Amino acid sequence: MRVPIRWLKEFVDLDGAGITTAELAERLTLAGLEVGAVERVPDPERLSWDGIVVGQIVGVEPHPNADRLVIAHVDWGEGPVPSVTGAPNVTLGTQGVKVAVALPGARILNAYGEEPPTLEVKTVKIRGVESRAVICSEKELGLSDDHTGVLVLDDDAPVGTPLVELLGDEILEIELTPNLGRCLSMVGVAREVAALTGAKLKLREPRWRVAGEPAERFARVIVEDEELCPRYTAAIVRNVKNGQAPFWMRYRLLEYGMRPISLLVDITNYVMLEWGQPLHAFDYDKLKARAGGRAPTIIVRRAQPGERLTTLDGVERELDEEMLLICDEAGPIAIAGVMGGLDTEVDENTQNVLLESASFHAINNRRTAQRLGLSSEASLRFSRGVPPELCGRGATRAAELMRRLAGGTIAQGLLDAYPGKREPKTIRLETREVERLLGVRVEPRQVREALARLGFGCRRRRGGLDVTVPYWRLDVEIPADLVEEVARVLGYDKLPATLLKEPLPPQRRNRPLELEERVRDILTGLGLTEVITYSLTSPESVAKLGLEGPFVELANPISRERRVLRRTLMNLLLETVALNRRHRDRVAIFEVGRVFLPEAPDAEGLPKEPRRLGLALAGRRHPLSWAAEPRDADFDFYDLKGVVEALLAHLGVSRSGEKDVRFEPDQHAPFHPGRAARLVVDGEPLGVLGEVHPAVAERFELKGRVYLAELDLDALLAHAADERVYSPIPRFPGIRLDLAVVLDARVPADRVERLIWQHGTELLRRVVLFDVYTGPPVPEGQRSLAYALFYQSDERTLTDEEAQAVHARVIEALRRELGAQVRGLEA
Amino acid sequence: MSTLTLRELESQVERLRREGEGALARCQTLQECEAVRVRFLGRKGLVTRLFEGLKDLEPEARRRAGRLLNELKGHLEARLEARQRELKARELEAQLERETLDVTLPGRPARLGALHVITQTLREIYQIFKQMGFEIYQTREVETDEMNFQLLNIPPDHPAREMQSTFYTTKPGVILRTHTSPGQIRVMRERCPEPIRVILPGKCYRYEQITPRSEIQFTQVEGLAVGHHVTMSDLKGVLVEFAKRMFGPGTAVRLRGSYFPFTEPSVELDIRCILCEGQGCRVCKGTGWLEILGAGMVHPTVLRNGGYDPERFTGFAFGMGPERIAMLKHRIEDIRLFLGNDLRFLEQFG
Ligand SMILES: [Zn+2]
Repeated sequence: MRVPIRWLKEFVDLDGAGITTAELAERLTLAGLEVGAVERVPDPERLSWDGIVVGQIVGVEPHPNADRLVIAHVDWGEGPVPSVTGAPNVTLGTQGVKVAVALPGARILNAYGEEPPTLEVKTVKIRGVESRAVICSEKELGLSDDHTGVLVLDDDAPVGTPLVELLGDEILEIELTPNLGRCLSMVGVAREVAALTGAKLKLREPRWRVAGEPAERFARVIVEDEELCPRYTAAIVRNVKNGQAPFWMRYRLLEYGMRPISLLVDITNYVMLEWGQPLHAFDYDKLKARAGGRAPTIIVRRAQPGERLTTLDGVERELDEEMLLICDEAGPIAIAGVMGGLDTEVDENTQNVLLESASFHAINNRRTAQRLGLSSEASLRFSRGVPPELCGRGATRAAELMRRLAGGTIAQGLLDAYPGKREPKTIRLETREVERLLGVRVEPRQVREALARLGFGCRRRRGGLDVTVPYWRLDVEIPADLVEEVARVLGYDKLPATLLKEPLPPQRRNRPLELEERVRDILTGLGLTEVITYSLTSPESVAKLGLEGPFVELANPISRERRVLRRTLMNLLLETVALNRRHRDRVAIFEVGRVFLPEAPDAEGLPKEPRRLGLALAGRRHPLSWAAEPRDADFDFYDLKGVVEALLAHLGVSRSGEKDVRFEPDQHAPFHPGRAARLVVDGEPLGVLGEVHPAVAERFELKGRVYLAELDLDALLAHAADERVYSPIPRFPGIRLDLAVVLDARVPADRVERLIWQHGTELLRRVVLFDVYTGPPVPEGQRSLAYALFYQSDERTLTDEEAQAVHARVIEALRRELGAQVRGLEA
Repeated sequence: MSTLTLRELESQVERLRREGEGALARCQTLQECEAVRVRFLGRKGLVTRLFEGLKDLEPEARRRAGRLLNELKGHLEARLEARQRELKARELEAQLERETLDVTLPGRPARLGALHVITQTLREIYQIFKQMGFEIYQTREVETDEMNFQLLNIPPDHPAREMQSTFYTTKPGVILRTHTSPGQIRVMRERCPEPIRVILPGKCYRYEQITPRSEIQFTQVEGLAVGHHVTMSDLKGVLVEFAKRMFGPGTAVRLRGSYFPFTEPSVELDIRCILCEGQGCRVCKGTGWLEILGAGMVHPTVLRNGGYDPERFTGFAFGMGPERIAMLKHRIEDIRLFLGNDLRFLEQFG
């Protein structure tokens, strides 16, 4: 909402209160009317109006050497001065009009191009005739883009006055929240300003001068849907003459940001901006013609199926039964509060006007405007709520302006269908309610004063107030609303900052989150960097993994690439790897986030949202460095598995040995068929890890091998060990004995290790695979696995013989069960 | 072996002393020392062999010669030890000299991965509110229209919906949450009639153009306190405390009237611009103030929808954007960096 200060001052005495615009902007901002900017006219960044004054054209003569130019003689108090102009609205007959004259030395905007942005006015000869001033267009003054003619001021503009005194202004740009519909008008803002600053409100109820026959003789109004139209009023103004609105009116419309159209239309817009009441002017004679020459009947009703109306923008609109229409007996003539019909609009020949001033259901109006894609200044106000009590005021004000400016006669009385008339709302405000909500005691007198300043009526009752809500406050319904008004007027800065007196509620831990954060710490500790990707992706991206839906789908995506919710992190991580591989030779990342599974929705019909952990490694194992060993190795499967194992260990999943943790060979679409594993803990599959299938990598434009894991975090964390029970540090030394197994390379190492444990007795404490070897002398198709076994007793120092005895049994078992060649090694 | 006279022996002792001393002095390594030791003091060494000649002497001469020989042995042993010590020290010195490193070579790379800057910001927020007794409570991201809007006092077609453009799913009534506020209803329904003090962090989604200033996906942290004596002054106290801990103890704050359908009264919290210290700059649009969060007293309708009797209970709620806070604290000018996942950005916060 743009609020020109000059216009505002018509309704509130800011000068008398000695309030600067900056102070006003701050006070409004603090009270919830956020002033986003204060615009100055003229814009000091572009030009000043120094040397531009009000002048009067005292005569115009033809230019001797150019048909398209004239010599206008302008007087600004120092006698007539010639100004050569080609403006079409300065002609030989022009005399007496007031214009803005730029004197030599003044700067005006360059109307013909961007460079230079301004031009200095100089005494020049144009085709041999001296020109000593420029009569300015709106564009040259920076008022609008209009350069079709010179700006013509109102006749009462005092000659010689600097233009800045007449038109210089400041415009508040107020960002109005949806509850502030009442401030979509100068009067509404003025009320707030007066209440908040103490400046005097100068508001008069609109009056009109009527004459001749009563309005009922000219038309009838019937409201058929009182829910959607609580009130419909109309005034009849006869014998008007349409034309151009006076400059002051057009100037204010321009300042607000509306384009002047014609006097009759401008009056409706002006009153809308002034009072907040949208108005519509019908050409009365067109209505009468549609009624066969009889007095028309205005009917407010919902559209019937299939009904159509060509609106005044020339578009034929299809209407539905949710839409409210203004009709006559011949059919629709307007979509209520949204747009008028083409057939009945006012034009330059309009002589008689039926002026509509009505109140419509806010939400219905908003829905209709949205459905038709027609948002306007009128629908903006209707959608925020126009109080029925405003209708008569708006009609009165606009009709009176038509009488004065368009020479009309106002028929007696207002046509007024008011089925939704209500008593003013009264709210009981307990004295203690203010303190209960604000936490600070406010004197009852202060409460009454604050409310009264905003126009609320207060009647004292035992323990509180009966507060009558003024008609323009549609947003106030409950005591808390009144408390807010009190706080706004007193100022939130007056509130103390206190600590919660409330006893501390029962404290609970959020273990899922704590563990999630622990996962983040472990993984960053292992050198991986956290990423957060979009939850929105596309089935095509997922299809690159060889995977598919079902997905939670958006009905209104912003793009095809983000039209479903993810059900895996994998494609998003691969996209992130690809993005970073363009400039990085090493990528090690993880993400913790939810995926969305629409199958088997919950009781509310909502998808499951399990947390997932994704890991991705690509490129160099170590950052490029002289000291890295091996210098140029890339990540491999075992790096990824190592990260997963470390995570399991640090979460306590695998530490105590109580859980059966397995990595089983797995076949999963995104992965290399021979290089993927399924993590299974106590028989429960928790996710997959592996090398990305080369074909998949290629689809993501990834060069080199990429290692990827996705784990079901919720399931994984369910296995995390909360408690860590201390086990005593061994008191007696242990013995390390090694062995090597040479066997078929396809036998999983896991199987060998399980056998070692199975036969190692309680003396075996740790098994480490420290070498894997293929090649001579190991026969083709076989490999050698070398293990270090650590034996120890809690009761005594183990003798070599005891350890060797167990070790021999282990070796024997391996030979027996694997048919393998096994030998003990010197440690 | 011929028999030695005492004189001969004396002269041999003298010779061996000279020779031994000379040999030790010429030793340059511990190995050479060892050879000298073997030659003179070894089991078959020259000194040892002289002892064998003692038995042929007269008892008187034997005593004297024995003393001389023991002196010689002790003398050479002491010399040997001294020489060994000397050579050991010299060898160590040489070894250390040889082992000198170029300490200016870069170290072997070792570093932690980086937590996402939003995670770090969230942790700061958690920390501050945990200390004030707020529990962290998370709720779902796909919501019903009812939870996200209607129960928060935003009926269908309410103009406040314009403030939050919504992603709808193809399932009627199911949307992506536009804010963390539906968590208010969920936590109230779970905890009623207990008093509540929680923060509700999580991802939110809005139908927006992606620009340097707006994203379709972002994070919010909602706060909610419900009890018998929760007031707007308490809200102010909590928020002032938060602002000071997040932005520094000298941070000036102000509450400004605002509007949210689910709070009444509603306010926004501004802090004095941390970039220009209130002088006015591009980031604060010349106002000297930065909007940090929205807040207010929980609307009676919302309390009721959560199961609490608004006559007996009051509550406050607030909501903030970690992205905005991170942008201000780290001078990040483009919100798209957060989901851009460029390691060159993320690792700056590691
Ligand atoms: Zn600033």
